[in-house]
Amino acid sequence: MTADPAKRPEGSRNRDVVFETRGLTKTYLMGDVEIHALQGVDLKLYAGELVVMLGASGSGKSTLLNIMGGLDTASSGTVRYRDQELTNASDKALTLFRRDHVGFVFQFYNLIASLTARENVAIVTEISRDPMLPEEALALVGLKERLDHFPAQLSGGEQQRVAIARAIAKQPAVLLCDEPTGALDSKTGIQVLEALEHINEAMDTTVAIITHNEVIGEMADRVIRLRDGRVENIHVNDKRRPPGELRW
Amino acid sequence: MRTLNRKLLRDLATLKGQAAAIALVIASGVMTLIIAVTTLDALSLTQQRFYEDFHFAEVFADLKRAPESVAGRLRDIPGVNQVETRVKASVRLEVPGFDDPVRGLLLSIPEGREPLLNQLYLREGRLPEPGRAEEVVISDAFAEAHGLRAGDHIEAIIRGRLSTLRVSGTVLSPEYVYQIAPTDLLPDYKRYGILWMNRRALASAYGMEGAFNNVAVSLQSGASEAEVIDHLDRILARYGGIGAHGRDDQHSHRFLHEELKQLRAQAVILPTIFLLVSAFLLNVVMSRIIRTQREQVAVLKAFGYGNLDIALHYGMLTGLIVLLGSALGIGFGAWAASGLAAIYTEYFRFPEMSFRLQGWVVLLAVAVAAGAAMLGTLRAVWGAVRLPPAEGMRPEPPARFRRGWLERSALRHWLDQPARIILRNLARHPLKSSLSVLGIAMSLGLLVMGAYQLNAVDHMIDTQYRKVMRMDLHLTFSDPTPVRVHSELRHQPGVLAVETYRSVPVRLLAGHREYRTSILGMDEQPYLRQLLDGRQRPQRLPPEGLLLTDYLAQDLGLRVGDAVRVEIQEGHRQTVTVPLVGLVDEPLGVGAYMQRPALNRLMREGPAVTGAWLMIDSGQERALFDRLWDLPGVASIGMISEAERNIREYMDDTILMFALVFVLLATSIAFAVVYNNARIAFAERSRELATLQVLGYSRGEVSWILVGEILLLTLVALPFGWLIGTGFAWALNQAFSMDMFRVPLVITPGAYGFATAVVLTASVAAAVLVVRRLHRLDKVAVLKAVE
Ligand SMILES: Nc1ncnc2c1ncn2[C@@H]1O[C@H](COP(=O)(O)OP(=O)(O)OP(=O)(O)O)[C@@H](O)[C@H]1O
Ligand SMILES: [Mg+2]
Repeated sequence: MTADPAKRPEGSRNRDVVFETRGLTKTYLMGDVEIHALQGVDLKLYAGELVVMLGASGSGKSTLLNIMGGLDTASSGTVRYRDQELTNASDKALTLFRRDHVGFVFQFYNLIASLTARENVAIVTEISRDPMLPEEALALVGLKERLDHFPAQLSGGEQQRVAIARAIAKQPAVLLCDEPTGALDSKTGIQVLEALEHINEAMDTTVAIITHNEVIGEMADRVIRLRDGRVENIHVNDKRRPPGELRW
Repeated sequence: MRTLNRKLLRDLATLKGQAAAIALVIASGVMTLIIAVTTLDALSLTQQRFYEDFHFAEVFADLKRAPESVAGRLRDIPGVNQVETRVKASVRLEVPGFDDPVRGLLLSIPEGREPLLNQLYLREGRLPEPGRAEEVVISDAFAEAHGLRAGDHIEAIIRGRLSTLRVSGTVLSPEYVYQIAPTDLLPDYKRYGILWMNRRALASAYGMEGAFNNVAVSLQSGASEAEVIDHLDRILARYGGIGAHGRDDQHSHRFLHEELKQLRAQAVILPTIFLLVSAFLLNVVMSRIIRTQREQVAVLKAFGYGNLDIALHYGMLTGLIVLLGSALGIGFGAWAASGLAAIYTEYFRFPEMSFRLQGWVVLLAVAVAAGAAMLGTLRAVWGAVRLPPAEGMRPEPPARFRRGWLERSALRHWLDQPARIILRNLARHPLKSSLSVLGIAMSLGLLVMGAYQLNAVDHMIDTQYRKVMRMDLHLTFSDPTPVRVHSELRHQPGVLAVETYRSVPVRLLAGHREYRTSILGMDEQPYLRQLLDGRQRPQRLPPEGLLLTDYLAQDLGLRVGDAVRVEIQEGHRQTVTVPLVGLVDEPLGVGAYMQRPALNRLMREGPAVTGAWLMIDSGQERALFDRLWDLPGVASIGMISEAERNIREYMDDTILMFALVFVLLATSIAFAVVYNNARIAFAERSRELATLQVLGYSRGEVSWILVGEILLLTLVALPFGWLIGTGFAWALNQAFSMDMFRVPLVITPGAYGFATAVVLTASVAAAVLVVRRLHRLDKVAVLKAVE
């Protein structure tokens, strides 16, 4: 599972740019107080790469991911997905963008309580172009035995894995994962990361993973560090380590 | 099945209590409209068919006596279609096994066959055979009241001569759909019967051979009724005609018309209020329920479901509830309406009820309910999809919290933490809280209105029979009688008090408006039949001038001091002008009043009376009746207690039945609203409450947060509900005033009390239900499942 160096962006400059943000800011207004969640982010994500985003709590990781995924709008600056300008896109265009290109894993899972694990996946695959079977996706995250459980009947980690199955099942062009292993023990966490890497390799999917776990950075092509709403630095790994080798 | 639809059914199952409650609100709204409109429609349709099929006449005239040859002249009047001359006789009846006085009206029919006009519907038996003098057909209500069948016998005293009559059949007549004795307000089938007899037999018994004393006329289409009446009056004046009149002044028709008018008022006002209230409640409740799903909306959006998909999804959720509610409403509405219509046929004697469910009513009712529910749904969906999904997915922001007046006020020192949480929760969502309060207040208002109807009718009848009609018996004489009859009556054993009166049929004219009634000439200070002033105090009659029921005066556009033109319909039949000197406040019927001597002067006659009111010793009632009947000239004896009983029964069966149905519906709405409010509060707070419990708050304290909120909202809603209910009652009252009766706008403390009790009970029940739910709640699961 050693990554081919030729695949890395630094190795071949001609890789397509999937996401490009310029001067992205996001300001929340809380009463009279302004909270600057993002203060000018310039960033590119390339096709087929796997990036890991690190940063202290409150540094703006979720905010950035949400804006790139069309779940939120920036206060200023621009976001582009391939040829499509997302910055001022209509609600309808954003909906189509999310439906056709993006898979999400939310920090708080956000499963639908009235649907079983299988149905939580199916509700997404039903509107996708080329999905896996829900069962297949759940098997990839080790939940073959829990197909008909409702979220309330699953452990936190299991819920998180359903959320990941839901994101990967549609075989999206980009996969945005907000702390996908936060609630998992290292063994299950690694199993999940392997599933993400599998999607990345097999489908050439661009994968962005937010985490607080420095170790996970080693499986990435690049590690992006955020601090106070800015990109602090970007580290390019010479070599991606397969998740199976990671220990924490 | 698409997963989204599966979610729909699961959500519906989870919401089943609330969905059922909402369906109930919808059903109630739909039911009110269907009941009111369908009952009204059934009655008017039935009336119309009966009138047409049995040739109900259009103009009627009574006279002393005219030779049959006059009929030809009547036929020649331009505009007249058919003419039916008749002999009509007031008689006394004796029914075997029944001791009370029974009044009867005998009408002639052509020998052994149906008349041209006012044809009879034969319910049982056959018409009298030609030439059979002793055979009669009797009104079916009278037959039913006494259990009389074809072949039974009754006695009649016609012009003082007793004859035995044989019942050959029972019938219904379009002329007597509402069978009521001339001095009564309501039918009394036991004590008033209508009979039809062959013309020759009746004419010879009543001294009317070759002559007639009543005529019914139908008009050619397009003919002017007023002109025909004028013409008839001119021809019949010589023969003692007392003024022809159209259907408007025909007893049965007029009452039926009034009843339909009152029903129409109910049919418009009540469902309008009910539907509007349920529409408001649906709107609010649906939008709040959908709002609790805002996280799910965000998730669906995040994965690429479009706004339309989402709107459709929740629209279907609402649609299913509306469907359920409408089906219930239509089913029960039709059932209740046919039941109510059947009750009306007790009072209005029709051959059969024509009952139909009109499409437009159903459509309108469902459209209003569905529209309101959908509006609420879409409003909430719109609110949810407008947010970027990232924001929608965040659990309801604890962000908006402000240190409000509560934190600053002195209250906080003695409020414990749970109480502070309650107040803060409410203060933080002022709009939501006020809508909840308004919702509860509206359902309380409906209850007040319903209870008002129930109580006010009683109040009205009490006023009539405790303050106005204080006599026990009401006697009428066949002709004006010298006043010495007063002392004759007074000296009968068992008579405690007597007052006599003179009654003269008149037409009151004011501008282009007119009204047929009688002027009652009474003692200066009547005691047995009182005239109340605007403040419900008995008033004294001035020596000259006329008093009118305030409602009638208003209807005629007259004010005290105005001159009233009075067309006297008896004796010299002149038109005189009398000043209006006062108004009378009375809840039932309308009338005109004068001092008797003044009325006698108006009639250019000596002191004469036509009736008497008696107060009697009830122990001697039986014997007294017999003696009174034997007095010469007594035409009828009416028992006031019977009349009161009848009117109470009638009100119970009709208006109050209606009101009761509506009170039941209002009650179910109140329960539905309060329960829904509680459930939504529960849904919105369950996380917070579970957290508090996990943090160490006791079950009781946590329950109190929920219960306190529910009760506080209810308490705040009470005064608004009373106010709204008073407004509703006023609106209903405005629509409810008519000749026959006027329900006073008196909302008793009992009405407010009842409505309040229902709402409080509903609140407590709802609180108990949600607290039980709270105790069953799996705290860990709630905290775990971030939807
Ligand atoms: N809806 C909001 N309203 C106000 N402030 C917000 C909102 N969402 C995020 N913030 C603020 O913006 C900043 C960045 O938040 P964000 O969720 O992006 O951080 P994060 O890097 O994902 O943190 P964590 O690792 O804890 O998830 C924080 O200071 C947060 O308090
Ligand atoms: Mg985050």
